[in-house]
Amino acid sequence: MIKVKNKKTGLCEVDLDGELTIYEAAPLKEELFKKMENSKGVSINLSNVSEMDTSCFQILMAAKRECDKREIEFTMNSHSPAVIEIMELYNMGSFFGDPVVL
Amino acid sequence: MSSPEETFLLECGELLTSMEEALLQMEETPEDDAAINSIFRAAHTIKGTGGVFGYDDVESFTHIVENVLDKVRDKEISVDSNLIAVLLSCRDHMEILVTKAVADEAINSDDKEIDTNLRKELNSYLGVVETNDDETEAVSVEVGASADIENTGALVISDNWHISLRFDQEVLQNGMDPLSFMRYLQQIGTIVHVTTIFDDFPSLDEFDPELCYLGFEIAYSSEADKEEIEAVFEFVRDMCTLYILPPRAKIQHFSDVIQSLPEDEMRIGEILIASGVLTQHELDEALNSQSQECSDSDTCTPKPIGEVLVDKKVVHEEVINVALKKQNTTQANQSSAQTVLRVDADKLDSLINLVGELVISGATANMLANSSGDEILMESMSSMSHLVEEIRDNALNLRMVQIGETFNRFKRVVRDVSKELGKDIKLNINGAEAELDKTVVEKIGDPLMHLIRNSMDHGIESSEDRVAAGKDAQGNVWLNAFHDSGSIVIEVADDGKGLSRDKILAKAHEKGLIADGQALTDNEVFRLIFEAGFSTAEQVTNLSGRGVGMDVVRKNIEALRGSVDVAANEYGGTTVSIRLPLTLAIIDGFLVRVGDSSYVIPLDMVNECIELEKDESEENGMHGYINLRDEVLPYMRLRDYFKEPCTQKSNESIVVVKYGTNKAGFVVDELLGELQTVIKPMGKILQNVKGLSGATILGSGNVAIILDVPNLVQRATQTNVNVKLSSETTNVLH
Repeated sequence: MIKVKNKKTGLCEVDLDGELTIYEAAPLKEELFKKMENSKGVSINLSNVSEMDTSCFQILMAAKRECDKREIEFTMNSHSPAVIEIMELYNMGSFFGDPVVL
Repeated sequence: MSSPEETFLLECGELLTSMEEALLQMEETPEDDAAINSIFRAAHTIKGTGGVFGYDDVESFTHIVENVLDKVRDKEISVDSNLIAVLLSCRDHMEILVTKAVADEAINSDDKEIDTNLRKELNSYLGVVETNDDETEAVSVEVGASADIENTGALVISDNWHISLRFDQEVLQNGMDPLSFMRYLQQIGTIVHVTTIFDDFPSLDEFDPELCYLGFEIAYSSEADKEEIEAVFEFVRDMCTLYILPPRAKIQHFSDVIQSLPEDEMRIGEILIASGVLTQHELDEALNSQSQECSDSDTCTPKPIGEVLVDKKVVHEEVINVALKKQNTTQANQSSAQTVLRVDADKLDSLINLVGELVISGATANMLANSSGDEILMESMSSMSHLVEEIRDNALNLRMVQIGETFNRFKRVVRDVSKELGKDIKLNINGAEAELDKTVVEKIGDPLMHLIRNSMDHGIESSEDRVAAGKDAQGNVWLNAFHDSGSIVIEVADDGKGLSRDKILAKAHEKGLIADGQALTDNEVFRLIFEAGFSTAEQVTNLSGRGVGMDVVRKNIEALRGSVDVAANEYGGTTVSIRLPLTLAIIDGFLVRVGDSSYVIPLDMVNECIELEKDESEENGMHGYINLRDEVLPYMRLRDYFKEPCTQKSNESIVVVKYGTNKAGFVVDELLGELQTVIKPMGKILQNVKGLSGATILGSGNVAIILDVPNLVQRATQTNVNVKLSSETTNVLH
């Protein structure tokens, strides 16, 4: 579900994969925010996300807001089709401000 | 029952049943608007909820069905038998799709073929009327135009619907995802613009990933009407705040919505401008008129809310009517939901068993009280017995269901089979409200199906033959039910060609069922058709004619302690009568003594009791006849029949019993009175003994035998007929 690598640069790189639904929401939130705690920036790779529902989408929103508050960088890349779908349906592309490759 | 999918499945089952009933209704009366509407509603709801759950197969197929139904409703497609046939197949196919979708199974290739064929047929209906589309379009434009003229208030220019949606926080935990509603909206229209509202989004500490903090302002373009758009949200109706504004709504109404939303007014205003619903000017006007409204409200006399809404052109009048209708039906549903309780059949059975034990132990207590001679005790016991009796009746009543539902199932069978056979046959149902035990109802379905198919296949002639015979081209099958002396009688009758005595006799000879030179009455001949391996149909069809049906029917019915008989009727056809006991558990019995033993006769069958004259009793042996008010009454001495020892010579009595049309007398030594009888089945060894139908336990702990009245009556009335025949007929009637 979540894989974190390369903590040396102080950048928290996160790979999300699989089905991200309400069943995974609580552990995902806990883990993600724990990893983010002392990082100087967050980068999330979404290429392997096969499904995303509203609850997990909200976690990304919360993460983005948290980073904005701490004034550190938050980026998402390699959006999978499932992520693109929810992003477009909710018209939240501008909120995250990441370039989405279709 | 808890998961939404199961609820969906249950609901679909009910909807599909009502759809089938309505389709059959529509076949009889094509102009029946209520039937068309009910079919449409069923399809519409299944499509809507199917869409919400993401069952694409269900949704896309039902969508086409719904389109066709819509045209039917608008009288653009006329109702004929072909259309009904297609729609019935569609109903069946929907059932398969729904079941498979919920079970998460893939559709197999057979179903896929059906799917493709049905879609083709449905589309051909849609194709025929496509030319009419322009006309309807023109009308709708006109309506729009006139609405513009009538409205003096300022209108919003936008052609899009506007949907304001705020979900409750718990919506995710209830298994609903706002995402699926958005997806579904996309399927019945186009989402022009969405603004996701997350003003409620909490700080990180308070953020619970399983709660929903989102709301949406949606500009939406769709041909769907308000009712349809609302239906999208049917499953979250009580978990969200929803406002739907039609295209070109009054600015006033936008201001109402803005006011009622939790967010800051200006913020909503900005969103509306952003999504292209309102212009800045319109927004200003909306916010101004709102304050005006508030100051006016003191002087206004209150109007009913519906009227106010129509006045304001906020909702179209028809929307209100639909809403009211919906409200009424929901209320009706609710009240019926409150009065009907689903109970596990096992629980009911265990209650009935306990009541049975209560009756037995009550009888014991009663007897002890009587023998103690304590009058106060006896009195309280008798009032308790009375209560036990009422409890028994009520408990048994719980199991009683109307037979109508079973009968209605056959409408479809008759329809399909008559199509298959190429005959025109009508099913007439009488006495659908007659009640009988649920277990009996469940088990009677198959035998009835056999009899009805037999009537249709063998009984009723083809239309040409009927016309040639001077009959109406349309054949009739009757299903009748009525109560008769403690039993329920179910008749399957037809006005076909009737049974051929000669053919049956010839066949019976061939099978060795009767000996040469036997003189049989018509009814005795007809009863032969219930013998194993008997069929006179010259042609074996896939429905019947293999000769395995009728004797199975007889066995099934006998297993229910019932009997079956066949006779010619006044229409020239055949009537098969099934006679069944009302209940299988507890009956009112009449206790008699014969020799040293006690016997119980079901009270419903007892007609009267008379004293047997002394000289009469000495004159005859085991069987005899007396003159009962100028009627010949055959009687039977139970003491001789059951070989009870003769203990003392007392005044014998005759209990006159009636079964069907036959009356007979049983000579007994003593009448002991009424008794609540809990029927206990006989052990395996005694199961084949004729004349006994069960046993019961008396208050004293002794066992009393329950008499099988139908069998004994038959014996008493037919003692002189040929032995072979009588053994056969008792087989039939046992």
